[in-house]
Amino acid sequence: MPLIPQPAPLAGGALLARLHAINAEHGYLPEQELRSAADELGVPLSQLYSTASFYASFGFEPRGRHTIQVCQGTACYIRGGDKILEKLVAVLGVKPGETTDDRLFTLETVYCVGSCSMSPVIRVDGDTYGRLRADRLPRILRKYRPAEEQEA
Amino acid sequence: MKVRTRSDLEKLSAEGRATLYPSRLKISVGMATCGLATGAGAVYNALCDEATARGLDLALVATGCIGYCQQEPLVDVRTPGRGRVLYARVTPDRARDLIAALVEGELPTEGALAAIPEEESLTGSEPAQGFPLLDELPFYTSQHKVILRNSGLIDPVRLEEYVARGGYQGLARALELAPQAVVDEVTCSGLRGRGGGGFPTGRKWQICRDAPGEPKYIICNGDEGDPGAYMDRTVLESDPYSIIEGMVIGGYAVGANEGYIYVRDEYPLAVERVTHAVARAEEAGLLGEDIFGSGFDFAIDVVRGAGAFVCGEETALIASIEGGMGEPRPKPPYPAIHGLWGQPTIINNVKTWASVSAILARGADWYAGIGVEGNTGTVVFSLVGKVANTGLVEVPLGLTLREMIQNIGGGGLDGKAVKAVQTGGPSGGCLPARLFHLPIDYETLTEAGSIMGSGGMVVMDEDTCMVDVARYFLKFTMDESCGKCTPCREGTRYMHSILTRIIEGEGTPDDLADLEQVATWVKGAALCGLGQTAPNPVLSTLRYFRDEYEAHVSERRCPAGVCRALIRLAIQPDLCTGCGICKRECPAGAIRGEKKEPHVIDPDLCTRCRLCHDVCPEGAIEIVR
Repeated sequence: MPLIPQPAPLAGGALLARLHAINAEHGYLPEQELRSAADELGVPLSQLYSTASFYASFGFEPRGRHTIQVCQGTACYIRGGDKILEKLVAVLGVKPGETTDDRLFTLETVYCVGSCSMSPVIRVDGDTYGRLRADRLPRILRKYRPAEEQEA
Repeated sequence: MKVRTRSDLEKLSAEGRATLYPSRLKISVGMATCGLATGAGAVYNALCDEATARGLDLALVATGCIGYCQQEPLVDVRTPGRGRVLYARVTPDRARDLIAALVEGELPTEGALAAIPEEESLTGSEPAQGFPLLDELPFYTSQHKVILRNSGLIDPVRLEEYVARGGYQGLARALELAPQAVVDEVTCSGLRGRGGGGFPTGRKWQICRDAPGEPKYIICNGDEGDPGAYMDRTVLESDPYSIIEGMVIGGYAVGANEGYIYVRDEYPLAVERVTHAVARAEEAGLLGEDIFGSGFDFAIDVVRGAGAFVCGEETALIASIEGGMGEPRPKPPYPAIHGLWGQPTIINNVKTWASVSAILARGADWYAGIGVEGNTGTVVFSLVGKVANTGLVEVPLGLTLREMIQNIGGGGLDGKAVKAVQTGGPSGGCLPARLFHLPIDYETLTEAGSIMGSGGMVVMDEDTCMVDVARYFLKFTMDESCGKCTPCREGTRYMHSILTRIIEGEGTPDDLADLEQVATWVKGAALCGLGQTAPNPVLSTLRYFRDEYEAHVSERRCPAGVCRALIRLAIQPDLCTGCGICKRECPAGAIRGEKKEPHVIDPDLCTRCRLCHDVCPEGAIEIVR
């Protein structure tokens, strides 16, 4: 018998699943949500925070409406993924990890989305674009810009 | 319906055959992630709309990946009595033309890649006439599909179609054997861990079976983190039941009733497919309580990872399922004795589980007859990079690298000479073209300074700088190092800083010796597989491509024309037509020039990204090395 009663261990994968659920709803992990999750799961907030901050999929800042992930996997890298990234940085005016001022796009790099045969590749939200060339990027981005902005 | 007997399974199989081989026209579109990335969704919609508009009666289905990714989007047309034809690189326009032709009763030859031979025993039909056979294309002749046996051929959502192609025969047979006999069967097959470690699967199972402690657990490692590799994603997306069946067999063999499939977060479609397959298998009585009426219970949960490469390491993955940071711990004790929550746990790769279900169905002797002694069976590679035919390739172990790259891959991209091949991702190494006579097996690749790995195979040509590649991998392992042990955390950072210095033209000959020394230390001292193998890309490139390092260090020259500090770009005025494409595309705004007049590059603004070189239709932009 431990001197201090221990909470029952969580079911396998339960903590990650909870973090994913918060992330899916908000696009990031707001502090208030983490606090309530810690209470409900019966784990210290510090454990939740240490886990969440370990993984690349979770962030603590609000994101743009669309997330652009530029694949930097090996195949993409040797087939020009770095140029795609450079072009996007120039077009959007933000660095990887940053969000545009109009909060429309968050630019990220990712190590491999597993579409290596189509390299270079980017993913915007859930959509993957393969066999890319930098000159196709403006057309792809246009699909995600609101209609009124396109007319302006 | 709950499957209780083999005859119940036969009923499911009959339902599967009805949709696999319907009596009407059937069109399948490859809609795994690769297909979707090249527009398969639009092709599917075009086929659907056009068929509806023309009143063509057909079954239109989404299937998985048949492996020939270079040719995506792929559309498989099956006409009853006339066989199946696979169409390549289909666009929405071509899809509409295809429907128009089919309405007229024609099978167009334009855009046709090959005829897919049907399973004689199931349909008794002849292959479509007037097309080459799929198995006879150079990309497929040396392939032997075990793990990918159903990929691209079934609707991955439909359990019935998996069963119709022999699914669950392995589990049915396993449950008729004693658990120890199932372990023996896997041992006799000679199967080794397909995640890359190559540990004999049967021996691992035996250790777990013999280990004291209840409960025991089964884990499928689907945290495919190696950049440049997507074998596991494809199996998860295209044939999820083959993995689930393998895990139930494993659970029965070692005495576990609970399992987890840990899937990488970057693979949303894989998570969706495998989650669906778990629910469907439960509904059919092939998972959950009293499986197959045998009294054996086995449940599976799907856990979605969260973007940490180190979680592919088994002890880190276990920590991640338990809800903590995905940090590895020292081994031994190995997970087979002390795994999830300290209990005996079998953790095997996606491809290992998919192999297990086939081994139990067809027998250890059949499997042991594939490949070579000590390296039996098949392995899947994602053949990508600077190679003509990219795709997923499954071959018997023992095939040579040359057969893989030249015959299946069709040689270099755009006819360029292949310089090297990288296997095993960030844990592997780069092997030069002069070693392409080597057979692909665990021991040979390790001796040559690389590793088999999970199946990444990235081809590199004369335009790839090997020093830059080494730095790329060190950047990766540095970013992904969990930071727990000092040799990996500091060693990768130190090696990365030396490599950066070299590619910036500031390296010294001492740096090479320093690099080699630190690489050797990290290899020996790091805690887990990630750190111990992180120096491999450095050591293998130093071993085989030292001349490239020396050119950077002694001559301040990058022979491949990649390293930005050592090159400059120049427009050749006699070739430039002044079309303005380079000016428009330059991210740095470094190109000036009037329309129809030769343009010039401002060297002060130019970041040497080489984008202009890639887009110039005249080949007027020279990389000065």
